[in-house]
Amino acid sequence: MSDSTTSPADQPPGGQPAGGRRRPSAFRLRFQAVSATLASIPITLFGLVLVTFFIGRVVPIDPVLAIVGDRAPQDVVERTRLELGLDQPLYVQFWRYLEHIVSGDLGRSVMTSNPVTQDIARFFPATFELATVAMVIAVVIGVPLGVLAATRQGKWVDQAVRLFCLAGHSLPVFVLGLVSLLLFYARLGWAPGPGRQSIYFEGMVDERTGILTLDAALAGDWGAFQDALAHLAQPAAVLAMFSLAYIARMTRAFMLGELRSEYVTTARAKGLSRRRIIWGHAFRNTAVPLVTVLAMSYAGLLEGAVLTETIFSWPGLGQYLTVSLLNADMNAVLGATLVVGLIYVVLNLLSDLLYRLLDPRVK
Amino acid sequence: MSASTRDWLLTDTPASRSQAKWGRRYQLWLAFRRNPLAVAGLAVVVVMLILAIAAPLLATHDPGVQELGNRLQPPSAEHWLGTDELGRDVWSRLLYGGRVTLGMVVAVVVLVAPLGLIVGCVAGYAGGLLDRLLMRVTDVFLAFPRLILALAFVAAMKPGVESAVIAIALTAWPPYARLARAETLTIRNTDYIAAVRMTGASPWRIIWRHVTPMCLPSLTVRVTLDMSSIILTAAGLGFLGLGAQPPIPEWGTMIATARRFILEQWWVPVIPGIAIFTASLAFNLLGDGLRDVLDPKQR
Repeated sequence: MSDSTTSPADQPPGGQPAGGRRRPSAFRLRFQAVSATLASIPITLFGLVLVTFFIGRVVPIDPVLAIVGDRAPQDVVERTRLELGLDQPLYVQFWRYLEHIVSGDLGRSVMTSNPVTQDIARFFPATFELATVAMVIAVVIGVPLGVLAATRQGKWVDQAVRLFCLAGHSLPVFVLGLVSLLLFYARLGWAPGPGRQSIYFEGMVDERTGILTLDAALAGDWGAFQDALAHLAQPAAVLAMFSLAYIARMTRAFMLGELRSEYVTTARAKGLSRRRIIWGHAFRNTAVPLVTVLAMSYAGLLEGAVLTETIFSWPGLGQYLTVSLLNADMNAVLGATLVVGLIYVVLNLLSDLLYRLLDPRVK
Repeated sequence: MSASTRDWLLTDTPASRSQAKWGRRYQLWLAFRRNPLAVAGLAVVVVMLILAIAAPLLATHDPGVQELGNRLQPPSAEHWLGTDELGRDVWSRLLYGGRVTLGMVVAVVVLVAPLGLIVGCVAGYAGGLLDRLLMRVTDVFLAFPRLILALAFVAAMKPGVESAVIAIALTAWPPYARLARAETLTIRNTDYIAAVRMTGASPWRIIWRHVTPMCLPSLTVRVTLDMSSIILTAAGLGFLGLGAQPPIPEWGTMIATARRFILEQWWVPVIPGIAIFTASLAFNLLGDGLRDVLDPKQR
């Protein structure tokens, strides 16, 4: 720790180049920053694989017994153990695990007896559909709410939005889901029950994308489309609450920052209408940081999806994960965890890159 | 409070270091008190702690005793919040559940906050290879959504309160480390650190005596806000059947076992839900208020 001589500019957060030297061109700076971000990805992914490998090793379930069952004769157990490479040292096992993952092989699920990759490909579209619609709802409501609160800072509207955000942040998504089922399904009868579609539409639509609303629309089956949309609305709205509060709060904070700046004062002095100032000037400048917030909350929806899917019997990745967990199907659990981690990393990377590319002020 | 104490606390010319310290604390409290929502949050947290600690005194029934002839009752004079699917008293179970939930929160924070603080301060102060290594590790942990990583960790252990605490702790420390590191990076180049270094203080002494105290306010705010998220994760694990196991009266577990009665005897799963919501909201309000007071630049 002999760092009294290290120049302070060596360690600013984010690993930007030092500011004291003669400045390279803006393009080069940006290129360096982007490539630094990209270079960190393989390391993070390697870490992800290491974590899932580690979890898979410490698990108390014997992977051999999970495959052959506990009544198998001793020589079968031994043979399977050798086939799985479990007699090898840990680093060899890890290397094999890594090789398998790189070639897209996540092992076989004990529960469905399909390759895990195939299972995930089957369950993922449902989660994607749910999370995307939830995201749209959250943005359409959350962003205007944040802008509204910022333009009326300190007034009762602002307080109400603040309280609403805190409440939305504190409400467990599974409680919200249960209460919503009670209210809109059981009492008011506005929403259909759990699941993705009604029984009489099941298997009626050809599966092309796995996104049920899209499939129905592509097939031109509007009855099935309506049914799928009706089933989607409630879980998506519940899941949206998860991000809505966060999006509204961040929008408010960004807008407040912009509204305080001098160009807004100038615009006001020039006599521009309030609407133009808010939407044409201030809001446009919040767009870039907002994009990163949206990417982050989209990633966060994956987490909420686990609980929402359980409540609404939504056959997505989250339900696959929890059912596998309860059945101690470790290949499936680790595969799904890895895929979710991967999506998370990619979304974070995207938000980071977008931010760097769109905002000219970021060096 | 007597006027003389007040004057002693608010004086502009404190006579001793402890007087200055207490004066500053009193001013923070005055600022905190101006925010009614934050005070409400603090009050609810204190009340919940008292209820949880005094659970054996306040419970009207034994939380584990089943009375199958008397199941799924609505609230009444005998059972204040009704009974659950095995005829157990919900009010008593809620009180004991508070012990489990708040106990989990406290356990996670006690395990994790010092760890994050030390890792972050050391990484930020040392810089170089150590810093990059430690931050890579936090990157990996931050690359999973919290609940999902916790789920995977629990899967590797036996479901239960201890595993849930360990799993949540493993997912909770990286943000603290990042925060402490960011603070340290701004502190390490200040003049007073240079002055301490010139007097010959060892790096450990500098970190422990001069860097960590400066990171504490923002970390306190973060931890308080995070408690709400810990409560939600713990309840989520319980709800999925991977946290506290029945018959332990954890709030999430109570919802999971009573979930199928939502359409008829809805109060049985909803009451623990309200408890989770209240606890989580209280910590959020408290953290928000603390942030305004302790960490004004973060607003």
